[in-house]
Amino acid sequence: MSDTIVQMEDVKKIYTLGANEIHALNGVDISIKKGDFVTIMGASGSGKSTLLNMVGCLDTPTSGTVKINDIDITELNDDKLTTIRRDNIGFIFQQFNLIPTLTALENVEIPMIFSRMPPNERKARALHALEQAKLEIEYADHRPNELSGGQQQRVAIARALANDPPILLADEPTGNLDSKTGKIIMDLLSQLNKAGTTLIVVTHDPKLAEYSNKNIMLLDGEVSDDIN
Amino acid sequence: MISIEDIRNNMYLQLARRNLKRQTFRTVLAAIGIIIGVIAISSMGILGNSLKLSVTDSFGDIGDKLLIYPAPGEDGVSEKQVKQMKKISGIDAIIPVYSSGDRVEYKNQYTFGSVYDIDKDDLEKLVEIDEGQYFKSGSTDCVVGASIANTLELKLGGKIEIGDSRLRVVGILKERGIGFDIDTDTGIFTSEQMYRKLYPNEEEEYDFVIIKAEELDQVNDIKNDIEKLLNKKEEVITVFATNIILESINEAFKSISLFLMGIGSISLLVAGVSILNVMLMSTMERTKEIGVMKAVGASRRDILTMFLLEALLLGIIASLIGGLFTIGAGYLILSLIVDNTSYLLSFATLLYILEGIIFGIATSLIGGMYPAWKASNMRPLDALRYE
Repeated sequence: MSDTIVQMEDVKKIYTLGANEIHALNGVDISIKKGDFVTIMGASGSGKSTLLNMVGCLDTPTSGTVKINDIDITELNDDKLTTIRRDNIGFIFQQFNLIPTLTALENVEIPMIFSRMPPNERKARALHALEQAKLEIEYADHRPNELSGGQQQRVAIARALANDPPILLADEPTGNLDSKTGKIIMDLLSQLNKAGTTLIVVTHDPKLAEYSNKNIMLLDGEVSDDIN
Repeated sequence: MISIEDIRNNMYLQLARRNLKRQTFRTVLAAIGIIIGVIAISSMGILGNSLKLSVTDSFGDIGDKLLIYPAPGEDGVSEKQVKQMKKISGIDAIIPVYSSGDRVEYKNQYTFGSVYDIDKDDLEKLVEIDEGQYFKSGSTDCVVGASIANTLELKLGGKIEIGDSRLRVVGILKERGIGFDIDTDTGIFTSEQMYRKLYPNEEEEYDFVIIKAEELDQVNDIKNDIEKLLNKKEEVITVFATNIILESINEAFKSISLFLMGIGSISLLVAGVSILNVMLMSTMERTKEIGVMKAVGASRRDILTMFLLEALLLGIIASLIGGLFTIGAGYLILSLIVDNTSYLLSFATLLYILEGIIFGIATSLIGGMYPAWKASNMRPLDALRYE
C-alpha cells in the first residue's frame, strides 16, 4: 500500500446547465498523503466543493481518475460508492446537518447503524467519539436544537469519527460559528489530524490555512497554487 | 433469535417512530384514513355475513335432507319403492309421510294446517317438543306446531276439531321456521289410526318420503343413486335435495358480501392515496436529511427500509385501532340493520376484522412504496444541496 490516500489525475467535471456547459473542474491533479492536513481554498465557483465531493465519493468525474485508498471510484455505481464512503470518509458540513429528531448520541450512532454495528458496541463507540470531539457528556441526550452551534459542530465531528475513517472531509467547518468557537473547532480538528487522520478542509478563510501542512488554491477549476 | 428488546432498540424502528411523531397532526390524519378504511371493509364483511346467517337461521337445518315426491302423473310413493331405497348406502333415516291440508277449529276460532301421519319414532327425528309429550300410537291424541298453538291460543289438553273428529293436544312443538320437508309450525301430527279415521278415502301410497343423509356431503350421491334405481324405466319419482337451497343462499350472500366489502375498500383506497401523499411530503421535507444519511453511509436499501418501515408502522397502528373500532361499528350496524347483534360474536367476525387489518396494513405499505423508492434513489449530492 502506498502512502498516498487520495490521488486525482487530470480530473474534469462538466455540468450542463440548460444550454451551457460549466467546467467545474478542468484537469486537476492532486495527491494527498496519509496524515496530511490539506486546506482547499478558492473563490466561490472555483470548483473546491466539487473537488471535495469527489474525494467524498458523492460525485464522480466526467473524465480522469480519482483513487481513494488505491480504489478507483470513477466507474463505481451508487451502492459501491456508498460502501467506500462509509468505510473511508467522515463528513463535516458547514450547516452541521444533524438529524433533528435524534439526540446527540443517536446522531453519532447513525453511521454505525449503516455499517451494521451491534447496538451495545455502537453506543460505546458513539460515547467515545463524543469524548474525542470534546462534547460534555451531559449533552449526549440533547436534541440538536438544544445545543449551541459549537456543540452541534462537535456532535457532527463525533459523527464523522464514528466509523473511524482514515479521511475527514470538512466543508467550511467554521463558516457558521463565531471566531472564538471556530478557533476551538479548528484546534480540535488539528488534534485529530495529529492523531493520524487525514484531514481535508474546504474554506474561504485564509486563517484556516495556517493550520494545514498543504494548501491547494483553486481558480476556475484548475489548481493555481499548491503550497506544501 | 430476535427478542422484543432488540426490536425496541432497532434504530430504524425508532427513527420511523420519531419521524411519524414529527408531524403528529398529519400522521394522525393519515391514520384516520386507514382506520376508517379498515372499519368500513370489515364491518361491511360482518354485515354481509350476518345477513346470510339471519336468513339461513330462519330455514333451520335443511341441508342434509332429500325429499322424494311422486313424479307428475303418479299417485304416490309406494311401499315397494321405499324398500328399494333402503338398499342405498349413506342414508340415516327414511321417513314416509302421509299429509293433507285441513281446517282446524278450537273454541270458535279456526285456522288452516297440514295434518300429518308420520311414524312416532320418525317424527322425533324431525321435530322437537316444547311442551308436553308425543302422542301414543293408536291414540286419538295429537301434537301441534307452534304457529297453530299460537293462533288458536291452544293449551295442553285442549281439544281441536278437524272435520267431525276431536283430537286432544298432548304436545306443542318448538318453533322451527321455514322448512322444505314438512310444515312443522303449522302442522298437526297424529297417529296412523286417527289419520285413517280422518281421511278414510286416501290412497295407500305415501304422499312423499323424507330421507335424512348420514353426512351432508353424501346428499348428492344419494340423490343420484335413488334416481338411478327407481327411475330406471320411466320417471316415477322426483328427488329434491335441500342442500341446493343452502348452496344458492350461500352463493347469493357471497356476492352481497363481496359487493359490500367492495364499497368498503373504496375508502381504503382513498386512505392509501393519503398515505402516499403524506409520505411523499415527508420525503420532500427530509430530502436534506436523506442526503446526510447517504453521505454518512446509508445505502439505497437502508433508506428504502427506513421509509417502508415508517409506512408499515403507521399502517399497523392505524389498522389495529380500526380493527378495535370495528367491533363497536359492527355492533351498531347489526343492531340497526339485522336487529340481532349475537352474530357479532362469531369466528367469521374475527376473520373479517383480521382481513380488514391485513388490507389496511397492505394499503399503507403500497402507499409508502413509491415515496420510499423515490427517497432511496435520491442522489446524495442533490439531496444535500436541497434547501
